[in-house]
Amino acid sequence: MNTVRKAVRNTDGPVIEVTDLRRVYGGGYEAVRGVSFEVGRGELFALLGTNGAGKTSTVEVIEGLAPPAGGRVRVLGHDPYTERSAVRPRIGLMLQEGGFPSELTVSETVRMWAGCTSGARPENEALSLVGLSRRSGVRVKQLSGGEKRRLDLALALLGRPEVLFLDEPTTGLDAEGRQETWELVRKLREAGTTVLLTTHYLEEAEGLADRLAILHAGQIAVSGTPAEVTASQPSRISFELPVGYFPGDLPPLDSLGVTGHEVVGRTLRLRTNELQRAATGLLVWAGQTGVELRGLDVRSGSLEEAFLRIARDVSERDARAERSPRPGNPEDPQNPRDSKNPQNPQDSKNSKNSKKKEHVA
Amino acid sequence: MSAGTATGTAPAAPTVTAVGRMTSLARAELTLIARSRATFFAAVFVPLVLPLSVRSTVEDMDLKAAGLSVGSVILPSAVGFSLLFAVYSSLVSVYAARREELVLKRLRTGELRDAEILTGAALPSVLIGLVQCLVLTGVCAALLDVGTPEAPLLAVLGLLLGLVMWPALAAVTASFSRSVEGAQVAAMPLLLVSMMASGTVVPFEVMPDRLASVCELLPLSPVITLIRGGWTGNLSAYDALAAVATALAWTVVAVFAVRKWFRWEPRR
Repeated sequence: MNTVRKAVRNTDGPVIEVTDLRRVYGGGYEAVRGVSFEVGRGELFALLGTNGAGKTSTVEVIEGLAPPAGGRVRVLGHDPYTERSAVRPRIGLMLQEGGFPSELTVSETVRMWAGCTSGARPENEALSLVGLSRRSGVRVKQLSGGEKRRLDLALALLGRPEVLFLDEPTTGLDAEGRQETWELVRKLREAGTTVLLTTHYLEEAEGLADRLAILHAGQIAVSGTPAEVTASQPSRISFELPVGYFPGDLPPLDSLGVTGHEVVGRTLRLRTNELQRAATGLLVWAGQTGVELRGLDVRSGSLEEAFLRIARDVSERDARAERSPRPGNPEDPQNPRDSKNPQNPQDSKNSKNSKKKEHVA
Repeated sequence: MSAGTATGTAPAAPTVTAVGRMTSLARAELTLIARSRATFFAAVFVPLVLPLSVRSTVEDMDLKAAGLSVGSVILPSAVGFSLLFAVYSSLVSVYAARREELVLKRLRTGELRDAEILTGAALPSVLIGLVQCLVLTGVCAALLDVGTPEAPLLAVLGLLLGLVMWPALAAVTASFSRSVEGAQVAAMPLLLVSMMASGTVVPFEVMPDRLASVCELLPLSPVITLIRGGWTGNLSAYDALAAVATALAWTVVAVFAVRKWFRWEPRR
């Protein structure tokens, strides 16, 4: 859909390159198992995923907060961990939870960060970008959750970053604040900022992202443009079977392009990749037969559908894992390669042995 | 308002220096100390009042035989209390509080390096400690007839070593706590041992020899020894070197421990 723009902007190679990224926590838990993707200049790439899918674990490595256990990451052509001084001045980032001293005012917080940021915007510019100008004299502890998120965003934008990392930027915002943040992110992208976004909100990804990937158990389950991901999902038709009718009374489902069906009580659910053909065939049959299809619901595949299907796979797999001692899903190509690196317990939340290996000096 | 980035232009070279970053952080940290009444009180007033309470004890000691005066006992003690309360104890709280508020984690996402974060956060406390030591020296000189230092360089060296060593020890201590309150508890052992056994209240010269030689290895001891020696001029070159070596050893061990164990995020 935006191949033209991408073709123009990709001339100087991807801004973010992730190749076979792995991340292993102290206890040996492999949170990221071979993730690869690229983000071109000016592109907005969204990472979606169920809880614990590895979104934050992945993003932390790309941000240079932790070294990978395996694989390769390049941001603006540099290793974000070992060459951080080349990368940090050119990126801006927002963590899931901001960390600001509660007793400083908004203005003092911005000034403190400005003193630590190359090419920082003036304070009033940074605050007016996120609509916090009038709150500049207020202590951080008195800000609402949404205002704290916006302060966090202002600091991420302080150095006019070429690459912006946003980890759930609109969590805690009301509908209006969310719209404003989306508008700002759109403007930034139009001005050429590359954005890597993680989010829980599917509409956020669908509305903002040029491309997206859905993570599942540390691997990318689906990726592509929102349209591609949506198109890969089957469409659905459901209705109540008319009284006295059975599925066998319908025209042969194959001939309608239906790929699967299930009956729940009186409700028949059909899955198809050819929604128009299936729906037409069904409605023509209903018209000719003179029956009413109560509760008729026809919907194309959606991102939500894709997401839910992946989430369902997770819970089915968990259920199977509980029944059988063998962990893992046979349909799920998780080959736990030997990348358990005990020397690499970088970890933010998973193990008691959570000691950073990074050096202080 | 432009939301533009530097796209299209050559990437700008970093325009902030390590010193600039640490200064910026230190200024914010100073504001925070001034706003936290408990920290401010503990850091500023306790070290100013403690030496007075020690005075009567010291006056009862038989110091003449050890070649000491009341002033040359109280002055190093006062500096020691300043390092313990204005620098060590308050920094343990600062590091723990910033960690629990996720401030350290957020700071690490920017251009600041880890050592810059810990140093920048320590600067205000170190500054308060330094000013306090100078004020205390002035007060002691005025009230206690301590005279002029015989070897001022030793005293300065002792103070500087202390001002580097104690922030590092504070960072180590903060690693072994889960909260600001826990950090204060974690600071107690070193605080108490240093107050009792590092020559602050009871000079090594009046301790039994064997006990003294063990106590001299405590982290505050070399600071006290060097400052007292600086005033009395009685410190042999060997003893001075031993004290410097002890101080350096503690600093190196502390820095190593911080690199290995310092926790930048709260435990979950």
